[in-house]
Amino acid sequence: MSVVTVQLGQCGNQVGQELFDVICSDARDVHRKTYSTVSCERFFRETTQGDLEARAVLIDMEPKVINHSMSKAAKSGRWRYGETSHFSQKQGSGNNWANGYCVHGPRHRDAVEELMRREVEHCDMLAGFIPIMSVAGGTGSGVGTFVTQCLRDIYPSSFVLNHLTWPYGTGEVIVQNYNSVLTLAHLYQLSDAILVHENDIVHKICSQLLKIKQISFSDINRVIAHQLGGVLQPTLTPASCGAYSRHPVGIDWQVCPPPASAGRSRSLSAGSFNTSLANLLILRGKDVYSAETGGFEDSAIYTSWLPPDEALSLWKSPVPFNKYEKSATLVSNSQALLRPLDDMVRKAWNMFASRAYIHQYVKFGISEEDFLDSFTSLEQVISSYSELQ
Amino acid sequence: MTQSVVVQVGQCGNQVGCRFWDLALREHAHVNKRGLYDEALSSFFRNVDPRKSGGGACYVGGRIQHLKARAVLIDMEEGVVHGILQGPLREVFDSAQLLTDVSGSGNNWAVGNLTYGSAYRDSIVNKLRKAAEHCDCLQCFFLIHSMGGGTGSGLGTRVLSLLEEEFPDVCRIVTAMYPSAEDDVITSPYNSVLAMRELTEHADCVLPVENQSLVDIVNKISLMSHNAKPGCVLKKESTVTSGQGGVSPTERPFDAMNNIVANLLLNITSSSRFEGSLNMDLNEIAMNLVPFPRLHYLVPSLTPLYTLADVNIPTRRLDQMFSDAFSKEHQLIRADPKHSLYLACALMVRGNVQVSDLRRNIERLRPSLPFVSWNQEGWKTGLCSVPPVGHTHSLLALANNTCVKPTFMELRERFTKLYKKKAHLHHYLHIDGMEQSAFSESLSSLSALIEEYHHLDATKARLIPDAPRLSIAR
Repeated sequence: MSVVTVQLGQCGNQVGQELFDVICSDARDVHRKTYSTVSCERFFRETTQGDLEARAVLIDMEPKVINHSMSKAAKSGRWRYGETSHFSQKQGSGNNWANGYCVHGPRHRDAVEELMRREVEHCDMLAGFIPIMSVAGGTGSGVGTFVTQCLRDIYPSSFVLNHLTWPYGTGEVIVQNYNSVLTLAHLYQLSDAILVHENDIVHKICSQLLKIKQISFSDINRVIAHQLGGVLQPTLTPASCGAYSRHPVGIDWQVCPPPASAGRSRSLSAGSFNTSLANLLILRGKDVYSAETGGFEDSAIYTSWLPPDEALSLWKSPVPFNKYEKSATLVSNSQALLRPLDDMVRKAWNMFASRAYIHQYVKFGISEEDFLDSFTSLEQVISSYSELQ
Repeated sequence: MTQSVVVQVGQCGNQVGCRFWDLALREHAHVNKRGLYDEALSSFFRNVDPRKSGGGACYVGGRIQHLKARAVLIDMEEGVVHGILQGPLREVFDSAQLLTDVSGSGNNWAVGNLTYGSAYRDSIVNKLRKAAEHCDCLQCFFLIHSMGGGTGSGLGTRVLSLLEEEFPDVCRIVTAMYPSAEDDVITSPYNSVLAMRELTEHADCVLPVENQSLVDIVNKISLMSHNAKPGCVLKKESTVTSGQGGVSPTERPFDAMNNIVANLLLNITSSSRFEGSLNMDLNEIAMNLVPFPRLHYLVPSLTPLYTLADVNIPTRRLDQMFSDAFSKEHQLIRADPKHSLYLACALMVRGNVQVSDLRRNIERLRPSLPFVSWNQEGWKTGLCSVPPVGHTHSLLALANNTCVKPTFMELRERFTKLYKKKAHLHHYLHIDGMEQSAFSESLSSLSALIEEYHHLDATKARLIPDAPRLSIAR
């Protein structure tokens, strides 16, 4: 089953290119033919000349980054992007979510949908879409949200898994919190699952674990690509009966708490353990069958109304991933993102209280009401997650 | 890729503009080794092949034939523009891009804005349209003029409002040269305040530049280069004041100062012209740095001012460059941002600098910089991989800071001193279309602006608690 990746904005196009690079070199470097075939089928298509072309649509409102990503891919010699799989304009979205969502999105809807359709037609069986974007800027966040909505409308039976990069807390874009709030509030209604990488955390990985001295965005993007690849590459799941699972993401994230919660509101700072709703543990490489994973089934980790054996999914692949003899990836639906999310909402709310920058959004079609709706949605999410026990 | 059009008005505007084009050519020649007309060049230049029919416009990707600046040059005297046309830059301008008259504006804003503004309105609009038509995707107008005189200040601001009328969706960034208190034009406070009202109402961003700051920087570099101590020898073409390597052979008196402003414009557009790991487009500048429509005055600060020639001395540490950007010696207006309030700040870095260097320095400098309560992490950052000529890296900081308030208050004081005595007022009032209300309204506009900054300043001392959050019904 195939996945169509949609790379949106500068971040999306930079991360996407690194992701395909990781997947391609992982798939090709391996002596397990089945793994290689499944992986290639999932993310690439083979041209008549035997070259690998990524199943990807590249979207940006200005051309520099797409040009760079496409030529970087071609230079690798191992894979490339389709010649006509990209859409760009001349002028960016100016870090303005409203410009992306209200103006660029609708204006270019037909062209983008056409690109999607062509890519989908190349798939024997479409599993779903992975839009890759940042939340801080204007195109990734605004156009990305609009495109996600289109995908939802046109392909209702395919999954949509959004990969989001959250910016550094200390600021890359001044209005990043506004853009993030607007994006997340909308995606919550549209997306099947949202996978998040925070630049601050990835930066720490680069400096503390990888000991990189002068960290560049390439380094950051490569770590993200590695982790994302670790999630998306083929695995054997309990349900797939000895074959590689056909779905890269098969968890049902849609959980609802039981009604009538009796006075259990917990404050964020109550030093609470990071409670999980669900965890996906993926093991790759040597000794996957003998690894001890009991700790992940401890009921203390999970919310009281979900039994651990339903909440934990365990996938394995005996094939080493990206040259790591053994690797493990944990995808967690838990309170881990609560603090960063709350910080983001708090800062955005403070700015909104003074009405700073609002005129820039109103200019393109987002009203104060729209802002309030988004804030309300996110406060509800924060509240639901805070109350997990 | 987008294009920008430079509109230079008046003597000062044209002298600065001239330096800009010279240095722009130098910068592109440095980077563009294959003589191809690329996207970066096309942002400021057209490529024209006179042998081709229909105007001879050449597309991106071909060889460079004749580069023509995307510019409109306006002056009500002929001296400066004719000087440009006789100099080495003459090939870069078409006669159709010029608008001149002979008598000048007599340092009178009303003559520039009203008399010439009306007389030449259609001609100006035509030339602007022509320049815009040559652009595939016009993103920004850069307007350059002084505030203290008559043409730059009066006609320049008339052009600004024409730009808003005719091209409402195109960003308007104004580089405005403010006179020092010791300016020899007596009526410069009148001209400046009358112009300020226009800037406040019609510009998207204003980069105020004070003559005195430019003089100070020139003197500082002069001192450095006359310092014969070993290890202090400057690489001549690397100074922010140098025009060496450019088209013009000799440097004229104000060239050094004007080169600084030209470099400011080169740096502000670098990320939209060249590649980088974190691009910053021109429309992102207004978006991030202007929280309220009228508060769009951005303090520019440029570093480094020079690089040292001695290769045995290790390259000036990167971190020092960041510190310098926040020192008063590198600012282009005399103000004290560290003791006022930052509303927002943009750091545009060029050269071999990575995101970790950026983060490290922001973390280091942040504690000493007072930011407004609702924008505690108000940084907009850009990384462009191509450094300026003669440097391995550079930094342009643009700060929206309440420190402009004292500058504006001083201006208001100088204005009021004259206005109270009705000094020289008759020169203005006898111009057709000029009413006394223009003076009082401009004064009110300036006062209102000062009041807005003052309001924000007042929050500095107070500890502002977080705004109470929305409470969600369970």
